[in-house]
Amino acid sequence: MLIEMTVNGEPRIATVTGAESLLNVLRDELRLPGSKNACEQGECGSCSVVLDGELVCSCLVMAADCDGSEVVTVEGLADDDWLHPVQAALVEAGAVQCGFCTPGFVVAAAHLFEHHPHPSREEIQEALSGNICRCTGYGAILRALENLAGGAT
Amino acid sequence: MTGVTDTASRVRGGIGESAVRPDGVPKVVGSFAYASDLWAKGMLWGATLRSPYARARVARLETAPALALDGVWAVLTQDDVPGAPTFGQLERDQPVLCDGEVRYWGEPVAVVAADDLHAARRAVAAIEIEYEALEPQVDPEEAEERDDVFHRIRIRRGDADALGEVVVEGYYETASQDQAPLGTEAGIAIPDGEGGVDLWATTQWIHVDHEQIHPCLALDPDQVRCHPAGIGGAFGAREDISLHIHLCMLALRTGRPVKMVYDRAESFVGHVKRHGARMWYRHEADHRGELVRVQARVLLDGGAYAHTSKAVLANAAYFAAGPYRCDNVVVDAAAVRTNNPPCGAMRGFGAVQACFAYESQMDLLAAELGIDGMELRRRNALAAGDPMPTTGQIVEGSLPVREVIDALEEIPLPDDAVPDDARHLPGGIGLTTPPDRVRRGVGYAVGFKNLAFSEGFDDYADARIVLTPAGVEVHTAAIEVGQGLVTVCQQIARSVLGIEQVTVVADDTSEIGSAGSTSASRQTQMTGGAVYRVAGELRRKLLERFGGDDLSDEGVLRDGEVAVSLAEVCAEGPVEEHVRFRHPETHPTDENGQGDPHAGFAVAAHRAVVDVDPDLGLVRVVRVDTAQDVGRILNPAAARGQVEGGILQGVGLAVLESLVLDEGKILNASFTDYLLATSLDAPEVEMRFIEEPDHWGPFGAKGMGEPPTISSTPAVVAAIRDAIGRHLYRVPVLPEHIVGL
Amino acid sequence: MEIVRPSTLDEVLSARVEMPGAELLAGGTDLMVEINFGHACPEHVIALRRVDDLKDEGDGRIGAGVTWARLESSDHRALAQLARTVGSPQIRAAGTIGGNIGTSSPAGDGLPWLAAVDAEIEVASQARGVRRVPWNGFFTGVKRNTLEPDEVVVAVVLPDEVPANQEFAKIGRRSAMVISTVSACVVRYDDGRVHVALGSVAPTPLRATRAEELIAAERDPSKATLAEFSRLVAEEVRPITDLRSTEAYRRHASGILSRRLLERCLARC
Repeated sequence: MLIEMTVNGEPRIATVTGAESLLNVLRDELRLPGSKNACEQGECGSCSVVLDGELVCSCLVMAADCDGSEVVTVEGLADDDWLHPVQAALVEAGAVQCGFCTPGFVVAAAHLFEHHPHPSREEIQEALSGNICRCTGYGAILRALENLAGGAT
Repeated sequence: MTGVTDTASRVRGGIGESAVRPDGVPKVVGSFAYASDLWAKGMLWGATLRSPYARARVARLETAPALALDGVWAVLTQDDVPGAPTFGQLERDQPVLCDGEVRYWGEPVAVVAADDLHAARRAVAAIEIEYEALEPQVDPEEAEERDDVFHRIRIRRGDADALGEVVVEGYYETASQDQAPLGTEAGIAIPDGEGGVDLWATTQWIHVDHEQIHPCLALDPDQVRCHPAGIGGAFGAREDISLHIHLCMLALRTGRPVKMVYDRAESFVGHVKRHGARMWYRHEADHRGELVRVQARVLLDGGAYAHTSKAVLANAAYFAAGPYRCDNVVVDAAAVRTNNPPCGAMRGFGAVQACFAYESQMDLLAAELGIDGMELRRRNALAAGDPMPTTGQIVEGSLPVREVIDALEEIPLPDDAVPDDARHLPGGIGLTTPPDRVRRGVGYAVGFKNLAFSEGFDDYADARIVLTPAGVEVHTAAIEVGQGLVTVCQQIARSVLGIEQVTVVADDTSEIGSAGSTSASRQTQMTGGAVYRVAGELRRKLLERFGGDDLSDEGVLRDGEVAVSLAEVCAEGPVEEHVRFRHPETHPTDENGQGDPHAGFAVAAHRAVVDVDPDLGLVRVVRVDTAQDVGRILNPAAARGQVEGGILQGVGLAVLESLVLDEGKILNASFTDYLLATSLDAPEVEMRFIEEPDHWGPFGAKGMGEPPTISSTPAVVAAIRDAIGRHLYRVPVLPEHIVGL
Repeated sequence: MEIVRPSTLDEVLSARVEMPGAELLAGGTDLMVEINFGHACPEHVIALRRVDDLKDEGDGRIGAGVTWARLESSDHRALAQLARTVGSPQIRAAGTIGGNIGTSSPAGDGLPWLAAVDAEIEVASQARGVRRVPWNGFFTGVKRNTLEPDEVVVAVVLPDEVPANQEFAKIGRRSAMVISTVSACVVRYDDGRVHVALGSVAPTPLRATRAEELIAAERDPSKATLAEFSRLVAEEVRPITDLRSTEAYRRHASGILSRRLLERCLARC
């Protein structure tokens, strides 16, 4: 079947044959490999996208159920000239090591700031508790985002 | 090292700055290509049939039903291996595919290539296979008794019968830990149409992969090219071959590109993990606490195949006494073969297990003597010029054990106020624990390890530098796994040359010599050392040839003015230099473990503060502070990242992570039940760096990656013991252990 | 694979009849895990995400389609507490209380609350209309319930009296994204009745009725009574030893957790 979605602001059509996840369709069909597959169980957040305004794990979303939906992936956050403030903050703060978790963090943090421009450290931690990082120990990620929370967004 | 001018102060992005990593932007926008993101036209997908038994004989294997399916192009078994039937980094003992006897749960039996992933999985399911299950041998002590060992090490130094006034004995266990890098095993192999193949796969060392791959394919070395690919973390998991040979075989058989990506469950069994250890220790000291004799028996469960067990065991044995002076040391260590999943490298590489044991012992000794734990450690602290307690090697260069202890103790302890916010309490948002039930504990530990490879191994790193009118290219085969090597190479080249425009190019095995493994905390010193050397050579030659006194992005400078532009310098083509960098020689030890096996050492001390709910056994790791011996900080943000990341992995082994094995099967091969710390679990970390220049690292730098993972675990356990007053002898510490059930 | 995307409850019930054996897809947080690992391969799927009929909240009803994210701000104190602990923010944005009920896992985070407040599960079918099942008539075993093949969980229906005095806690080995080792919910009514429900200690959510009897109407129980309360809970639970914990620990923790929650409720009296 064909499903029509708006992905990163653009109308996209994807062929879906079975019960495959939105993550698989984004990566393999729509050639948007930014969202990562690290567990396919919703236990790591590397596949985080914003679906119809909600932050979700795309590995747990059935692509066939996304007909008519709006999806924002990591590839949709920077515009032509500028990185999203979250992206810039993470790079500047040395919060990117292997980077596999980074797209998920970027999407989750961007979503957080859209709804809560000035979260506390604990609120940031809780909002990102669904995103696992194995390299950084979270220190630099939290510092980057706390900085962002403290200033204008 | 000499030859560095004052360019470091002039060039932007040189050493000492938190220079932003060159792959940072691609990673945050999602365009960085990991091995699992690679794509080729006409690509097939690979999948693997794995044994559901830990030990079995394959009674019947019929691949035809799978091959008959639509869209299936190859189904290969051990019979299809063109060349050498086995591979292995130190010992070639693992069959490429099951040779008829399954030796571990998840052992690959067959591989398929099909049009897409679903077809590949269907093909795997269609292979007809019958196993005759055998009794798996999973007890490491029984394996040792049977002499089913990969390796034994015997260390005898000094007087084996020396007696101390005070004796403490202990038994300790560390679980098998998984590296759990977020990027799973992945790769793509593309046949070149002339009988050869190109491979991009998750790895830590393309040259050692290459050495193992081409003989199995019955190909000449130049017919196989291993390319670096984007890696989503490693921590040792990538040091050994996983899907590499399988992918090449499938590509060569089908004549088409083949891609394979392990899912998380498969990844758990698809790569080597940290050895579980059992350790029996006896420490003897005089009344002042000075160590008289240390005796250790160390048993590592190597699982089914050798991989790097021999080297891990060496580390566990050579570092078994800790960073302390002791003239009488007895160590008997063995790495045994069982039907558990194979073990190999994980950050800390043997030194982690030993550190948990010897630091637990030091605390017991301190308690027995009524001496403060850190004071005891200070009294025994090793220093440069001292003999290593185990091997007798005189420590060359720096080893600031006392200094890291002092620096750590200077970091102020947090105040005792118990927090109100549930997120700061044991149990967190589970709301299990009221503030008045919390008991705080503080614990310390010190640990050390060698840097780079040892025991006479010919450890080197190649680097090539190319100057063009556009700037400088640094070519290396060194694998960037996230640690920031690529940034440090840029910084070193910039600082040596005075040129800011530096690109690091990852070359494949046909383009450059080996950089050695991204492991053993060695790349900053080795590849960084090679870059330092080769950039220095280039600079020296250019200044000589053009009569200049400095370099910049504009060209050769004389008295501050551009005398020769880069375009003119490169008029006859790019200017190249190549270097093969080696560290100071090391030597194998003798039959008593005596000798000079190590190239250098690094030490770190950790202090953990934990809040414990003693009735429910729940732990919140509040802080882990550290002081680390780093030689010289080349990139402060990257250094901080290594320390914080390593500490959290150490915290993981202390309270969260273990592979739960049952008759050789991993019961928790998923992120649901193999628990990685979340951001809510992360402690605060304050760090101090001791910068006593190393004797051979570039700018005096030392490797930084492993020390944070070594003594953080015992520090956390010591803190829990302090909070509850109970003896804890194994990690991870579980709620039931704390509660005493 | 065939998928239907109904927007009303009636459409859902028709689909249930027209596609017997179809998988119900709400938040996907349980079903998609099965699918991703090849344990489920549905030929027919009924997607519930767009059915507004299932999303109402209030007047003693919680629609099956209400997500955990919404329930984090529920007026029911313990429900809000437990909602905050379900999975992760990403899971909570998609996962629904109806899905939790339908999966009927012994560790289902919402189930002890349903037991503690004596909720009913409202289910519907095209053939028989609506029926309400008390929670203890709905959950029958590990991942088993009395939902008929042509039925759908529609809502949680609460009794007229649901006290404000409620407390929840969940034990897990890390601070987030964790399947509970033991969870507990205690509710104290104005007349002194106390309900004590636990999860992950039996095939279905369990009420520690003997402990409840002991403590009923006590406004200021003695230490000895509290200790006995704790002991009774520990005795009444039926935990197992599994990958995540041991029977002995779970028993011990059940007693402690229940007592702490009771003490919180009593402090509010």
